[in-house]
Amino acid sequence: MIQFLIHEKSDTVGVAVVDIKTGEKAQGLFMDTEEKIEIIALQDIPLGHKIALCDLTLENSVVKYGHDIGRVVADIKAGEHVHIHNLKTRRW
Amino acid sequence: MSKPKVLAYRREDGRVGIRNHVVILPLDDLSNAACEAVANNIQGCMAIPHAYGRLQFGEDLKLFFRTMIGTGSNPNVAAVVVIGIEPEWTNVIVEGIKRTGKPVTGFFIERTGDIGTVAKASWKAKEYVHWASELRREECDLSEVWVSVKCGESDTTSGLASNPTVGNAIDKLVAMGATCSFGETSEITGAEEVCKKRAASPEIGEQFMALFNEYNDFINAHKTDDLSGSQPTKGNIRGGLTTIEEKAFGNLQKIGKKSRYVGVLKPAETPAGPGLWFMDTSSAAGEAVTLWAAAGFVCHFFPTGQGNIIGNPIEPVIKLSANPLTVSTMSEHIDYDCSAILRGEMTLDEAGENLLDMMVRTCNGRLTSQEVLNHREFILTKLYRSA
Repeated sequence: MIQFLIHEKSDTVGVAVVDIKTGEKAQGLFMDTEEKIEIIALQDIPLGHKIALCDLTLENSVVKYGHDIGRVVADIKAGEHVHIHNLKTRRW
Repeated sequence: MSKPKVLAYRREDGRVGIRNHVVILPLDDLSNAACEAVANNIQGCMAIPHAYGRLQFGEDLKLFFRTMIGTGSNPNVAAVVVIGIEPEWTNVIVEGIKRTGKPVTGFFIERTGDIGTVAKASWKAKEYVHWASELRREECDLSEVWVSVKCGESDTTSGLASNPTVGNAIDKLVAMGATCSFGETSEITGAEEVCKKRAASPEIGEQFMALFNEYNDFINAHKTDDLSGSQPTKGNIRGGLTTIEEKAFGNLQKIGKKSRYVGVLKPAETPAGPGLWFMDTSSAAGEAVTLWAAAGFVCHFFPTGQGNIIGNPIEPVIKLSANPLTVSTMSEHIDYDCSAILRGEMTLDEAGENLLDMMVRTCNGRLTSQEVLNHREFILTKLYRSA
């Protein structure tokens, strides 16, 4: 069963389409290429929230829809929850 | 393929409406009580109270009149009774609506008082309701139904499924020759270069960018923080959206993959021809839909993630969601559940077809969830303080 979706091949995060629990081998699908990917969830990822597909370090861009959606403000490991605690807007 | 048809009301100016309202329209806050009294007296008419209409000036006053005249002129409205405190501004609205050819009469309260005004206006409203109730729907092209789009309480499921469903339907409607509009200027922040490129010409793209920059300058001039307390909203954040950029790319899914916008509109400005139009609007749902209704749009697609429950008194709002929690816990608000996309059980193309099917049913007379639940958010956009 697909547990998270990724908009584009170049994205660095996926979106949980069900609640994902810590330690689960979560199955993901790239919506453009239809390729599959598996990531071990290091934290609970609630439905609709983002899971990191790779390690990201301070000031890296997080990429979704193939575009920069903000900057990393705390190091993130693949499989971790990406949200307001580690990602901030570059605007305003 | 033959052109899809709907049964709708052809108005005096040739435009097509999907509802047949007799509206009791107050010029100003002071006249709300009289309008509501008329609507209580006369079955089949609707008062649209609001908070403004006094001592406005300049561009703010122009927008006020454009919105009020546009609301009365909307093809979903059969006839209008306008009530104001004094004759002069009341007549500005009456004369503006009269240009459509539909029945409209103004009443003013000074030198009569509420009770006499309500009596006179009730007689006129009764006459209009009898007349409007004998108007009949006739066959019209679906493409004659003007459609606006705006999302609310978005989350990541909006960007994955409900917004691209709307985009798919918009691509199909624009290809049929329909008139459609999107807006939400501030919520394009982060995706503005992508939006600029979707214009039909570089000049139109520059016009969009000028409006975008103006709005962004306004936010920068008034903000007290990075806006993370209000944009994305708390509901957006609860649903998994983190930054305005992420919200913006999800938002833009609503304009589909093929359509290019043919012009940019001021708030509540009526488009000059068919195609997709950008309108400069707030991203607050009630304000934005009120502006589209005033521009002449008669049907609205509203994708939601966490469950925005907005409605409009005269422009039916069709709500869709792909969030399984929202469609199960707030089902009374949702007209079309497209959560099957997230389970891999439905394609976006099928979802777009299904949304158009719901649009046809709505045009033919099916009441939307918002209409049945009495959501009538009529919210005027105020540019600055009154004098």
